[in-house]
Amino acid sequence: MNRKFLILGGLIGAALIMGACGAPASECTDEIGCVDIAPGDPVHIAYWGVLSGADASLGEDSKRGVEIAIDDRGGQLLGHDVLLTTEDGLCTPEGGATAATKLASDTTLVALIGSACSDETVGGIAAITAAGLTTVSPSNTRPVLTAQDRSPDYAGYLRTAHSDAFQGKTVAEFAYNELGARTAATIHDGSSYAQALQQVFADEFTALGGTITSQEAVSKGDTDMRPVLTKIASDSPDVLYYPIFIAEGGFITAQAAEVSGLEATTRIGSDGMFSADYVTGAGPAVEGTYLSSPDFSLFPDLYEDFKAKHEAKYGGSLLSIFHAHAYDAANLVMTAIERVAVQDEDGTLHIGRKALRDAIYSTQNFPGATGNLTCSPFGDCAAPVIAVYQVVSSDPASWDPGVNPLKVFP
Amino acid sequence: MYKAMTERLADWGIVAFLWAFRIVVILIVIVGSVLTLVKGSYTSDQWIDLAVFGLSQGGIYALIALGYTMVYGVLRMINFAHGEIFMSGAFAGYFLASALNRLGILNANPILALALITVFAMAVSAGVALLVERVAYRPLRAAPRLVPLISAIGASFFLQYTVRGLFGPGVYAYPDIQALQGEWIIFGVGILKRQVVIIIAAVIMMFILYTLVMRTKIGKAVRAVSEDREVAELMGISVDRAIVVTFALGAAMAGAAGVLYAQIFRQVNFFMGFVPGIKAFTAAVLGGIGNVPGAMLGGLFLGLVESVGPSLFLDGLGIVAPYQLKDAIAFTMLVLVLIFRPSGILGERLLTKRA
Repeated sequence: MNRKFLILGGLIGAALIMGACGAPASECTDEIGCVDIAPGDPVHIAYWGVLSGADASLGEDSKRGVEIAIDDRGGQLLGHDVLLTTEDGLCTPEGGATAATKLASDTTLVALIGSACSDETVGGIAAITAAGLTTVSPSNTRPVLTAQDRSPDYAGYLRTAHSDAFQGKTVAEFAYNELGARTAATIHDGSSYAQALQQVFADEFTALGGTITSQEAVSKGDTDMRPVLTKIASDSPDVLYYPIFIAEGGFITAQAAEVSGLEATTRIGSDGMFSADYVTGAGPAVEGTYLSSPDFSLFPDLYEDFKAKHEAKYGGSLLSIFHAHAYDAANLVMTAIERVAVQDEDGTLHIGRKALRDAIYSTQNFPGATGNLTCSPFGDCAAPVIAVYQVVSSDPASWDPGVNPLKVFP
Repeated sequence: MYKAMTERLADWGIVAFLWAFRIVVILIVIVGSVLTLVKGSYTSDQWIDLAVFGLSQGGIYALIALGYTMVYGVLRMINFAHGEIFMSGAFAGYFLASALNRLGILNANPILALALITVFAMAVSAGVALLVERVAYRPLRAAPRLVPLISAIGASFFLQYTVRGLFGPGVYAYPDIQALQGEWIIFGVGILKRQVVIIIAAVIMMFILYTLVMRTKIGKAVRAVSEDREVAELMGISVDRAIVVTFALGAAMAGAAGVLYAQIFRQVNFFMGFVPGIKAFTAAVLGGIGNVPGAMLGGLFLGLVESVGPSLFLDGLGIVAPYQLKDAIAFTMLVLVLIFRPSGILGERLLTKRA
């Protein structure tokens, strides 16, 4: 028995020594670690975010943006192939935590793009920052993720998506000034994105002089919205604002048309529902409803190029709205890698994790497909310009931001 | 002696906790309802609306729950792939409905079209269920009970992601039947035509199933196998055939439910079977799993509580955003029913051999 332990101990010891020899111990001076990429090994980047379930199109859309950015470089970075792996965050805090923990344990990983839903970041960011990794999210919009007083866990977190502090304000101004609404009700789905966004809207709407009649909530996966709509209908608000996701948003749009007392209520959604899938799901009742989203008409010409590449690679219409933000996030990350990577003569790459993180934060006037990006010390890289669009046709094939839905504000 | 005392104390503690739980829940229900009614923020029309929404949703739960309960009755196994059987029925219905819509038959002859769609969805669902039974359950019939359960979960994922692979993660819009739009005025109250049709269709389906199980020879065989498989086999009943029939019937009901569901919600998605599947399973347990009328009752009850409950119980207590707690109410009801009647509303006491 003792001998067995001896052998086992010997093996463990040998493994430890070999492990220690494997890493070039002398060269890494970075305070949170380095990645070394041997010649022939790929530069490993991961996308994490929802890729299954009802909100899959949000993550799938961003993943395509990342893939196009990699294609732009011929799939190569500094003479190494780029390897893109994905991890599904399920659009929940728990799913995000699982995905992040798994990714954090992978020492070959250089940087991440993601997550898709704000909830995933809330669950997973601590593990990512602790592992010395940095992630750039193309579609998280919850304001606190880049707040000035955010926790140190967020040191490895930046985003190219706009903060909802802008979005909620624009929608409130649109409702109060443009539509002349004086009463409004909101519905959220318990997600950190929707909860925060409807609160920003409610605060701004009240500040403008309007009245919030009720702030209701449903759960993810709910299909029967009639009870909650019946409750809201008892106040007959001028505006119903439900900044949630595609599936539940579609149900509310469709069912609100059938609940008596809501005939005169204007329905407004936000960027989480800005997708042809939403129009498909909501059916004929979608005509005349409003959606807020980044203002595509102000995107630079680069966005047109991007759309052409998207059409060539995937065909069909765009799945959601954050593909261009994902494209920018990937370019931001890859440009930063190019800036900080030290290359040996044999082609080996050395990348300091802190150096990479600092390089991403120091991005200034980066020409992206969503505008010129400059990252703040709190991780906000977006050039936020929000517009309100009106859906004019219930035919999902006619989905083309700018035409259907039509930009109506500002 | 001392140990016996502590054990007895612990027992009393549990009993006291259960009673406290019952009393608290019932108090919340009564006080909440009274306060809501006194506050009077809803008109009687709105209450009727809520009840009708609940019954139509409940009818769909009931139809799905039948599949859970029948399979459990015969095999003592929870068929967790049943939600996906429902989804495949809805998808099959969608494809036929959009084809008929393109040909113009859907709106020219809505009754015939709806019947065709329902039959097709039932057939596809039954086909998928039989395939799952053959591949994932039959080889494991002699295995310990947990094994087919795990296999069922695997089958569920397999079906979900096969559909995702074939048709993508997006939603498909079910073509609308114009004849079902609008309201009928029944006893002076406007009720959506859709809801009425669904409630009636669900009741007819359940009646057909009940007759099949109670009045036909094959139904008798299914009941015999459910009562005691070995003895039934000795009596010359083909157990395999009875099990296949059980799966086919349960799946056909789920397929019909898929079509009805699509009439109300008008969209299909590869993930749509998950939540209704869980709810229907709850309904089956609520009514007494293994019991056919129990599943029907459980489904209708669950739908009704989900729809009326948040407004009735919680609104009056001033709870913020009560509709988020819809599922909590549904599952609390389940716990409550199980505390009072561990075998469900209509569940019979199981013999030790069956339990």
